[in-house]
Amino acid sequence: MTAVDLMLALPELFILFMTCVIMLVGLWLPRDRQGLISFMSVMTLVFAAIILLGWDDSNPSAVDYAFNAAFVRDQMADVLKLTAFILLGAIFIYARQYLRVFKMAILEYHVLSLFMLLGAMVLISSASMLTVYLGLELIALPSYALVALRRDDKRATEAAMKYFVLGSLASGLLLYGLSMIYGVTGTLSLAQVANITSMGNNTVLVLGLIFVVIGIAFKLGVVPLHMWIPDVYEGAPAAVTILISSVPKLAAFAMAIRLLSDGMGNMQEHWMSMLVVLATLSIVLGNLVAIAQSNIKRMLAYSTIAHMGFMLLGLLTGTDQGFSASMFYAIVYAIMSAGAFAVIILLSQHGVEAENLDDYKGLNKRSPWLALMMLMLMFSLAGVPVFAGFFAKWLVIQAVLDAGMVWLAVLAVVFSVIGAFYYLRVVKLMYFDEPDSDEAIIVPADFRAALTLNGSAQLLLGIFANILIALCVASF
Amino acid sequence: MHLLSLLIWLPLFGSALVLAAGDQRPVLARWLALLLMLGALALCVPLYGGFDSSTAAMQFVEKMPWIEAFNIHYHLGVDGFSMPLVLLTCFFGVIVVVASWTSIQQRVAQYMAAFLLLQGLMVGVFVALDGMLFYIFFEAMLIPMFLIIGIWGGERRVYATLKFFLYTFFGSVFMLVGLIWLYLQSGSFDILAWHDFPLSLQAQKWLFMAFFIAFAVKVPMWPVHTWLPDAHVEAPTGGSVILAAIMLKIGGYGFLRFSLPITPDGSAALDWLIIALSLIAIVYIGLVALVQLDMKKLIAYSSIAHMGFATLGFFVVVSIVREAGVTDAANMGLTGGMVQMISHGFISGALFLCVGVLYDRTHSRQIRDYGGVAISMPWFATFAVLFFMANTGLPGTSGFVGEFFVILSSFAANFWYAALAALTLILSAGYSLYLVKRVFFGDIKNKAVAEMQDLNKREFAILGILALAVLLLGVWPNPLVELMQPSVEQLLSHIALSKVSGS
Repeated sequence: MTAVDLMLALPELFILFMTCVIMLVGLWLPRDRQGLISFMSVMTLVFAAIILLGWDDSNPSAVDYAFNAAFVRDQMADVLKLTAFILLGAIFIYARQYLRVFKMAILEYHVLSLFMLLGAMVLISSASMLTVYLGLELIALPSYALVALRRDDKRATEAAMKYFVLGSLASGLLLYGLSMIYGVTGTLSLAQVANITSMGNNTVLVLGLIFVVIGIAFKLGVVPLHMWIPDVYEGAPAAVTILISSVPKLAAFAMAIRLLSDGMGNMQEHWMSMLVVLATLSIVLGNLVAIAQSNIKRMLAYSTIAHMGFMLLGLLTGTDQGFSASMFYAIVYAIMSAGAFAVIILLSQHGVEAENLDDYKGLNKRSPWLALMMLMLMFSLAGVPVFAGFFAKWLVIQAVLDAGMVWLAVLAVVFSVIGAFYYLRVVKLMYFDEPDSDEAIIVPADFRAALTLNGSAQLLLGIFANILIALCVASF
Repeated sequence: MHLLSLLIWLPLFGSALVLAAGDQRPVLARWLALLLMLGALALCVPLYGGFDSSTAAMQFVEKMPWIEAFNIHYHLGVDGFSMPLVLLTCFFGVIVVVASWTSIQQRVAQYMAAFLLLQGLMVGVFVALDGMLFYIFFEAMLIPMFLIIGIWGGERRVYATLKFFLYTFFGSVFMLVGLIWLYLQSGSFDILAWHDFPLSLQAQKWLFMAFFIAFAVKVPMWPVHTWLPDAHVEAPTGGSVILAAIMLKIGGYGFLRFSLPITPDGSAALDWLIIALSLIAIVYIGLVALVQLDMKKLIAYSSIAHMGFATLGFFVVVSIVREAGVTDAANMGLTGGMVQMISHGFISGALFLCVGVLYDRTHSRQIRDYGGVAISMPWFATFAVLFFMANTGLPGTSGFVGEFFVILSSFAANFWYAALAALTLILSAGYSLYLVKRVFFGDIKNKAVAEMQDLNKREFAILGILALAVLLLGVWPNPLVELMQPSVEQLLSHIALSKVSGS
């Protein structure tokens, strides 16, 4: 371990250090001063971002390895980590009022979230199968605890239980697959795995690959490994659902890239056909089942499934263009999803989760600003130009067409039209219906600023799509 | 001078400004919107003045890189096809704001903002020269219209607006696949480069179908027209006006900008499809219009029939050019189709405004609730009858010019096309005059009709200007025809050449 190694992982080390500091400080804070924890957490993310950007970037396309090539820092890692910082910062701001109203453990929420972020960062930067698994578990364990954070809530504990059992199973399967690959190649380093797999095919390797794909599919939540998503999204408090639906998605994307492209890029013919099936099933089932939901958290859960299917479209092409399209998709999806759940959090301010679609009736009359933000998010999720969600869909469809799979592109666009229906229904409720209640919506100033940014980011990332697209293209 | 950019972005930023004014200050919102629309119209003066109608080249071109990674440019320009449509759009922008002055009382700022947004996006559709840019404007346009119908519409507004959105969205995603495919083949999203890009016949047929689905839904052509009557009936007056006057034209414009020049051989192979559907629209939809009880629905069906003329004109040309070369008959088909689109813009817009005038007074669109309107509202009846006459294609009004050109051109292609198309003269006279008889003539039907006030100054001004436009275009279509001549000729000689490489 050299100083350079530590410098490369400085953002991770800083987050780890500050999380410990927050944990210690929080223990001594009196109950009424816990607002400080939120502030400290947000500032931690701000400084982590500064450290990340401050890294001497004389050669942005450079790929630096550390810790005996177990840890990698490249442009993809930096862009994803920065996105994760921004998202988590916004989520902390969104959650502040909610945690107080629902009397949830503020300290635990922040510390667990920061650990989850740390896991995501490790996974994003993993260059060895060991770091992959380390990062994965560091995301999963805090997630289980976070879902069960409202421990007297029956639905939340049930969801946590389900999540834990299925999640452990998936981790086990992944580990099994990784051990098979290790058994054949004799190395944990993904770069060396790539070298060895180029020599030829091997049945055990293919079997290992199948288990790896299952692990990735579970983390992404694509059909047929999607069962946990609706239950966890619905059962978890909104402030936790927003976490699970955003940052880990970025990490899961990175995991797929690290394992499938960096590690087993030579076995593309094998994983491509698997991903085609997963993507097709997710897009079809996610979009169709979402239509039947009356609970907005469940609706967004099925929408996640469909979106992750779309994201896989780029990955499965196995081309650089496809990878960058998927990266764009993952980033844009995480931002959209965070915004949509932020609106749910805001409307839950009277101590009841605003999870029924009818709670959104006449929102335009109650708060035109909030309705406009949700409108932009919904149209972006539906993939209507000029919002960012459209560019994400366009890029993956372009990648699929480039790979010659016209039928898949046509299926994707047809189901994006079917999917548009349930997003439009939310817009319909907000704009065309009369409100059931006139209860005022109190919006803290920082919440308003963050959500305004989050909502208009859909528009800005669309109009100035060139910037993020260029970053994603340069990552591969 | 970035005139075209100004025409797009002035209303777009204006809409944010109006929205910021808030719904609590409706008067401010109205005046602000009017000012912005007038500003956009004023920008059309230098645009028209600076337009050189002796060349088919794109003018007022603006081009800068947008998404470099995929060779996408912010590329704008106008030619003889888009110029009249841009003028029409800016003209109707002012009309709808004035027409909605008192009839919209709920959430005025949002209403005006939606129309400003719509205006900027529609101008964008007409002037975009980059495929991706075009698609973005083409799709984004649905959002304000979705809200306009859904928020300020009638009783079945939710059904109508969802149907409108999903129908058009469904149509256009196939075009998206087509555009991306073209990019992957040609390496650019430049529409003008696509015009000269060689393609195999099979590829052209597929592309033609992809474009066809998108534009046929927009025009709309039979059998994908069913969203239009619903949308028209439920939309507020302003929404109906824009829908009929401008949005339908985007479908026709798409055929001129994409289908004909990019896939000329595909068009030649599949023109029978569009001709058949156009003729069905003209005859069958004309018959459907005869039995309508709702005035807006009748005008909506009449719109479909009249747009059938425009598409008929565009596509009879293909076989003429391929068989006989660039002849006058071919020229007349394209010119006639374009004139028909512009003229239908004025006439259908005016007709929907007339229904709006009646609706504001009695809150009914049913034909049976009226009778003898000419007695209680003589001025209004004068205008309305003029517009209905123009709708039937009376010589001296703009409706005559386009239909006449298209019928003449169809004769050169096939006698039966012309014979069927000419049926419209009888059918449209039938449904228009039948409506005029029932609504305007006869004895005063009931107390509500007897108490109706004649046009106020605002309504008089709007209908007066439109009447003037309809008559002017009818007796002196020359400026419009000359404006697009170079572009028409260029497109004709373009269609004449096969793009199939190696043949």
